[in-house]
Amino acid sequence: MKIAICLGSVPDTTTKVKFTNNNTEFDTTGVQWVINPWDELSLTRALELKEDTSAGIEKVSVINVGERGTEPTIRKALAIGADDAIRIDAIPKDAYFIAAQIAEVIKKEGFDIVLCGIESSDYNGASVGGMLAEFLNFPSVSAVSKLEIENGKVKFNRDIDGGKEIVISQIPVVAIVQKGISKEPRIPSMRGIMMARKKPLNVVPAIETDALTEFVSFEMPTSKGKCKLVDSENVKELVELLHNEAKVI
Amino acid sequence: MDFEYTEEQLMIQQAARDYAQRELIKDVIERDTKAEFPTEHIKNLAELGFLGMLVDPKYDGGGMDTISYVLAMEEISKIDAAVSVIMSVQNSLVCYGIEAYGTEEQKEKYLRPLARGEKLGAYLLSEPEAGSDATKQRTTAEDKGDYYLVNGTKNWITNANSASIYLVAVQTHPEKGHRGINTLIVEKDSPGISLGPHEDKMGMRSSDTHSVMFTDVKVPKENRIGEDGFGFKFAMKTLEGGRIGIASQALGIASGAFELALKYSKERKAFGTEIFNHQAIAFKLSDMAVKIEAARFFCLKAAWLKDNGKPYGTASAMAKQYAADIAMEVTTEAVQIHGGYGYVKEYHVERLMREAKLTQIYEGTSEVQKIIISRSLLK
Repeated sequence: MKIAICLGSVPDTTTKVKFTNNNTEFDTTGVQWVINPWDELSLTRALELKEDTSAGIEKVSVINVGERGTEPTIRKALAIGADDAIRIDAIPKDAYFIAAQIAEVIKKEGFDIVLCGIESSDYNGASVGGMLAEFLNFPSVSAVSKLEIENGKVKFNRDIDGGKEIVISQIPVVAIVQKGISKEPRIPSMRGIMMARKKPLNVVPAIETDALTEFVSFEMPTSKGKCKLVDSENVKELVELLHNEAKVI
Repeated sequence: MDFEYTEEQLMIQQAARDYAQRELIKDVIERDTKAEFPTEHIKNLAELGFLGMLVDPKYDGGGMDTISYVLAMEEISKIDAAVSVIMSVQNSLVCYGIEAYGTEEQKEKYLRPLARGEKLGAYLLSEPEAGSDATKQRTTAEDKGDYYLVNGTKNWITNANSASIYLVAVQTHPEKGHRGINTLIVEKDSPGISLGPHEDKMGMRSSDTHSVMFTDVKVPKENRIGEDGFGFKFAMKTLEGGRIGIASQALGIASGAFELALKYSKERKAFGTEIFNHQAIAFKLSDMAVKIEAARFFCLKAAWLKDNGKPYGTASAMAKQYAADIAMEVTTEAVQIHGGYGYVKEYHVERLMREAKLTQIYEGTSEVQKIIISRSLLK
């Protein structure tokens, strides 16, 4: 079996978010890029399965839609242990665009299990996995927190309200995974970093597809007002402030 | 001149940071308090390749450059200098020493397991009466034909208990002074070796430091490194590289304390505002940042020289002296910024301050660095 990991390159979580071009674009100046945390967990699980010879995984590949700037993130995935990588050379426009691009590669390469993080930690669209399954006409299982292979089928745990749901699926299948799929991401070893130099990172052109959505503008949350402290003895002042200033009573 | 790190260097820096911030942080205070050796962490760091990261891959090493080593040492030292000193001794003294000057047989037998991190090494140079003046070696190695008979005592030996491979400086021809010194590879389980008690240190408490006594220890002749009498030169050469490791460690201790102090200054309030908004604190942080950046340049310059096959002895002495001295200053200020909280263990900075002190002492005191630097000015 072959596993594909859909890998997003996202800003490090400590990034100070700013926008440019009249608040329609994320300002990438000085941003440090990392593997989308859910995709990194998917990769860890895929590698665990590959190491367990009874699971019968021959290859773990990562697929990314991005320009050349995403290659360090992709190579980190190779250093962690992915066998090869495909970068679809395009600026990711929206979820539809990304799903269409990845679907094209998966159709050509033929994967049995496709893992998508439940969302990306930057735009939080949470849409690519479902769309991808539609494009491929594969079954999809969402909110997967555990994934095992039993007798050539894939067994999933899904977190649902108040409990868990166990699902078994035929392959090929798209799994939309969340926390719990593996404990924590792996740290690449020196050996892994060295080997990543030699692993294939193939760049393929994007197919012609229009994005269905566009960003109109981004807005930062309004900052909270200053906190005023009123002495506990001074109830009258508190009532006045709530009435006249905060206008909540 | 190129100030950009390569993709691989950044990946190594990130890997070291991830391990330190995720794993070392969990038990660093407890290990320091109990002076407990970081057995599990060393095993993990070996698996990740950090214990033989500079060694040629043909001897099972990581094949990384010295710049990557500086970056990794800084990240590990931000959290735990007791772990990074184990890493530094292993990489820049023991592995480097054997790789640069050992025979092919010595590399096959000793370097491979060291590079894989399966075995730890120690370098036994200091003696009760030979510290800064390494020429005064009193540990003797009597030539007995096909072996040396070693007698004497070594002091302040990092990894003394956990290491299984020792590089020991010995005096083979007392009449020749420092030209009579040799370095022998000695297996720790050789009969006649005994250890003094674990030193109860001020800082870096979880690294194991002991004195090591040799009583009629037989060491095969083929375990001598280099030509007869090469030992003093070996010491000077390996310590040149060792200083890059310790300089980077001092840099990491300083930048770790700085990061904590900066974070604290943005959270802690006094006189109605975050203390960062008081110039007294902001200027301290500014001074700390400048010193750290300068120390980083020193470390990277020395590493760059080494990677490019240029002489780096003076540069590494400058890096070591400066980084160690500013580590002491920066950690002291980090404690000051934390106030009372800085004086208790929970906030880490007091430990970093204790660790910083050792960087001014070992692998050549700050004063010894000044001897090296000033002598280079005479040339």
